[in-house]
Amino acid sequence: MTTPVIECRNLQKWYSGVHALKNVNLTIHPGETVGLVGDNGAGKSTLIKILSGVHHQDSGEVLIEGRKVDLRSPKDAMRHGLETIYQYNSMVPTMSIARNLFIGREPLKWSVFGFGLMDQKRMRAESVQAIADVDLHLRSPDALVGELSGGQRQGVAIARAMHFKSKVLILDEPTNHLSVKETDKVIGFVRGLKAQGLTGIFISHNMQHVFQSCDRIVAMARGEIVFDKPTAATSIDEVHALL
Amino acid sequence: MKRFLKIYLDKPELAGLALLIVLLAVFQVKSNGVLLSFENVRGVMGLLPEMALVAIGVTILMICGEFDLSVGSVFALMPMSMAVILNSGVPFTAAVLLGLAICAVIGFVNGYVTLQFSIPSFITTLGMLFIARSLTIVISGGFPPLLPSDLPTWLFTDYIWQGALFRMSFVWFVGIAVLAAALLSLTNFGNWIRATGGFNEAAASMGIPVKRVKIICFMLCSVLAGFAGLLQVLRLGSPLPSIGEGLELQAVAAAVIGGTALAGGIGTVFGAIIGTLLIRTIDNGLVLSRVDANWFKFAIGVLTMFAVIANAWMGKMSRKIKVEAHK
Repeated sequence: MTTPVIECRNLQKWYSGVHALKNVNLTIHPGETVGLVGDNGAGKSTLIKILSGVHHQDSGEVLIEGRKVDLRSPKDAMRHGLETIYQYNSMVPTMSIARNLFIGREPLKWSVFGFGLMDQKRMRAESVQAIADVDLHLRSPDALVGELSGGQRQGVAIARAMHFKSKVLILDEPTNHLSVKETDKVIGFVRGLKAQGLTGIFISHNMQHVFQSCDRIVAMARGEIVFDKPTAATSIDEVHALL
Repeated sequence: MKRFLKIYLDKPELAGLALLIVLLAVFQVKSNGVLLSFENVRGVMGLLPEMALVAIGVTILMICGEFDLSVGSVFALMPMSMAVILNSGVPFTAAVLLGLAICAVIGFVNGYVTLQFSIPSFITTLGMLFIARSLTIVISGGFPPLLPSDLPTWLFTDYIWQGALFRMSFVWFVGIAVLAAALLSLTNFGNWIRATGGFNEAAASMGIPVKRVKIICFMLCSVLAGFAGLLQVLRLGSPLPSIGEGLELQAVAAAVIGGTALAGGIGTVFGAIIGTLLIRTIDNGLVLSRVDANWFKFAIGVLTMFAVIANAWMGKMSRKIKVEAHK
């Protein structure tokens, strides 16, 4: 058996008296695409926020590729190869695609204490490549993200995660507020993760979307994992009955 | 042609530039050629750096999504505190640095209070407007202190050479403007400022220290306002406690006229300068054309509204024009 890419052990989290995560154990292997489902307040978001470094667990531990890690900020999570794409989209609409792709990770020609001149030529060239890699066809790396459709934006976000060689892509309800056609595009991206050798965690309210794109379904309720089966061995009705 | 039009529509500061040229032509005729005469341009160029530096600071802060109403008061407080420090026997360089340090502290307090207590910076800096103005008058003791006569005005406000068009303050202004423009468009920190103002949550999720970025912008804005106040006081030769009143709103107007969005994420240093030039040209042009000077604020008001409406319209038109890929 290969080393799991993510392993959560006895994760617990309280929010001012509310027990949001109760002893959550979850193991995810490289190349898996896991669908994480559950009602509002089931603990999905809390679990994802811990994995993406936004919140820190009150107890328990997170292991990445067998090593214990301490994720204190989004930057920590990215450094360990965990990249999160949020439902509201993690792109800045008033900035170009090239600038968006490198927010916080700009290639620098020279720098003093981490501040310096950006290598804009390289940013443009690499963003053209990164976008082409996810089969997205855009006009120019200088186009503003605000001019793209919702689906294209999620595509650019996925291109960004791939460009930085993320190991795990966490997609937090990426299909919310998207049209049917755009949703199909995003589901296509999720399906494509496996071919690129990436592990995916796809959070969604929509069972159809999860069943179409994931090979394992994990369901949460009241802060616990209540269901965990390969997609092939279950059905939408079975998961629905549980929630 | 289409691409050219789109590029033009995407840059509201270019519309400001076009308007500036039109106004220059109109006032040049109405003032019988006085507007662009050497002496008049010389006078306007002496005033320009003071307001433009404030507008640049305000613009950078607005790009990162915050707002500063206290710049006019800081504009007065910095030279006043410097004068008081000078009178206690501290040398000029140290007094200037201390004065700028006071501005940096004010900027820090503006930013810290705004972010720590999640209150709109509009309110925080409105409070600071009163606090800094009050401090200015209190430390002056009611009477403006005298400045020593041997201050190095050759470095700040004297004409570059005898009979030159520009004062040294213009050199400072150009230098600072170039640095600020480079900071915004060429450095990674500039990228963070735009990301923070454009979409705070997204910037934070990409690991940008958004609070630190904002506090640095608040400090930069206050320091630039204080430095501009220093230039004015060195030019006038006396630290009056009332200077800079109303400047905060003119600076915001200059930023907005130059295409800076109140919501953050959009704006340029060049736009701020164009906005300032427009305001200064209208001010000067109305006087030279013998129009009642009380129409000045009316004109600025109309221009501000017009600029915002025009920017919104241009943005909409620009999005309609889809330029094909050129790669």
